[in-house]
Amino acid sequence: MNVVVCGKVIPASSVTIEIDSNTKRMVRKGVPHELDPAAASAVEEALRLTEKHGGTVILVTMGISDATIGIRNALAMGATSAVHILDEAVAGSDTLGTAKILAAAIKKQPFDLVICATESSDSYSGIVPGQIAYFLGVPPVTFAKEISVAGSTIIIKRQSESGYDLIECALPALVAVSSGINEPRYPQLKGIMAAKKKEIKVYTAADLGLAPDQVGENGAREKVLTVGRPAKRQAGKVVTDEGDGGKQIADFLAEIKVI
Amino acid sequence: MAGVIWVYAELNDDRITTTTLEMVAKAAEAGKAEAVLLGPAPEDAVQTLAKYGATKIYRSADPIYREYLTLPAAETIAGLINTFKPAVMLFASSYTGRDLVANLSARLDCGAISDVGDFKLKDGSVEATIPALGASYQNTSTLVSQGTKLLLVRPKSFEPEISEQAVAIEEVPAASDDGLRKVRMKERVTVKREGPQLEGAKTIVSGGRGLKGEENFAMLSDLAELLGGAVGATRAAVDAGWVPYAMQIGQTGKTVKPDLYIACGISGAVQHLSGMKTSKTIISINKDADAPIFQYSDFGMVGDVFKIIPQLIEELKKRQGG
Repeated sequence: MNVVVCGKVIPASSVTIEIDSNTKRMVRKGVPHELDPAAASAVEEALRLTEKHGGTVILVTMGISDATIGIRNALAMGATSAVHILDEAVAGSDTLGTAKILAAAIKKQPFDLVICATESSDSYSGIVPGQIAYFLGVPPVTFAKEISVAGSTIIIKRQSESGYDLIECALPALVAVSSGINEPRYPQLKGIMAAKKKEIKVYTAADLGLAPDQVGENGAREKVLTVGRPAKRQAGKVVTDEGDGGKQIADFLAEIKVI
Repeated sequence: MAGVIWVYAELNDDRITTTTLEMVAKAAEAGKAEAVLLGPAPEDAVQTLAKYGATKIYRSADPIYREYLTLPAAETIAGLINTFKPAVMLFASSYTGRDLVANLSARLDCGAISDVGDFKLKDGSVEATIPALGASYQNTSTLVSQGTKLLLVRPKSFEPEISEQAVAIEEVPAASDDGLRKVRMKERVTVKREGPQLEGAKTIVSGGRGLKGEENFAMLSDLAELLGGAVGATRAAVDAGWVPYAMQIGQTGKTVKPDLYIACGISGAVQHLSGMKTSKTIISINKDADAPIFQYSDFGMVGDVFKIIPQLIEELKKRQGG
């Protein structure tokens, strides 16, 4: 079973992400990057499935050159190879543009199953996987907590408001996994060495047959009008516990008449 | 049509969801509210939608919408949008809502705006307010595509105000193509929840990674009980398997707005803040003085949750007993 994992390399969790008020985009250049933990879960799930059923795991990602560090991490975990869409022309893409680009790149790979994170840990829109599925012409199953394969069908345990749903879906398909689905493995030295020799194919939008007006800012349907800071909450007080912290909180609760 | 705002009416546990009613009320205030209701629904569903301001309901009761996910509903809604061309269509930021918007925005090549906290109709388009990056930014966005604008709306963004309307029902033909029957619902499993529910709780005591383990949520339950509240958690605590997903507060969990929110061992990740930052009063306890949660707190206590919470519990017992 060949799996394509679609995941993002994002500013490291130690970085406070800023939005540039001129470009109205997140500042990505010049900050340390890492494989999105949500994408690491998607890679892990793909590795577990192919370890059991055979096949390849190809990571497809779009991002700036700093993304390479995260791609190497996925390869060190065990992914077979990677595809990196690296092109200034795709900067400023909205969700729809992003999905068109990723779908075009995925179509060039062999796949029975595409696994995505339900949402990235930096922008959280949560609709790119479903858009990719539409452009690939495969059914989408999102918020997966568990995936099992039975021949040409997959059974998915899907998070629901009141518990979970058992979903049956024919392959090929796209599954978006929730980040708690597994504990991603740490790359071992052997994997890190092997990753150096693995192939990273680099594509531009033009390589994927996408015209300049379909991607990037020109192709975006969503336009950010203003970037602002919300009205701050009135600053409260912060104190350090010196042994009576619990009592002080009780006093505060009395002050606001909760007790 | 100018000024016509559609709402996708979502059902959960056989009831129209609260977020649906919030969106209908907002649609009625901003324009002419109409709703799309697909699949088997309780008898009073149409009346409930009308009570909050819907003037027309596009309706099919066909079971295909319950038995197969996303594809049949997206097919029907795309057809309705192409025929009736509403100015805007609103979906809840829920599992179903996101799936439908993803499909429709790709199919209609129109894009969509996620995580909308407010919107207005403007110059033939829509201007949406989005609390970006959780809480640290407040941006406005528009859609420059032609036709219907699709918005995914955060729960609790609007007041579900009642404005009883006369309602017309338009029966629509059900989707029936076999190609739409690819994602089949085999079984719905309800996981029983214990203790008071987060929905509607006036006080919420919530725990994060700093709680270190499942067993330590017991002290949060004790604290919540003393304050007549419910217990919540961050995604980190849920992902670690300490507590069930039903307790998750945040972007991918529940959005809550209690009078009092006590954050215990929670650093204040963007993902979590966006689900609770509009709480009336926020108290936080965290060992890291630089934790972002303190910037959103009315009262912050830097220290060890395992010392402070037991002391607080003792203190409350003492004061309530006396």
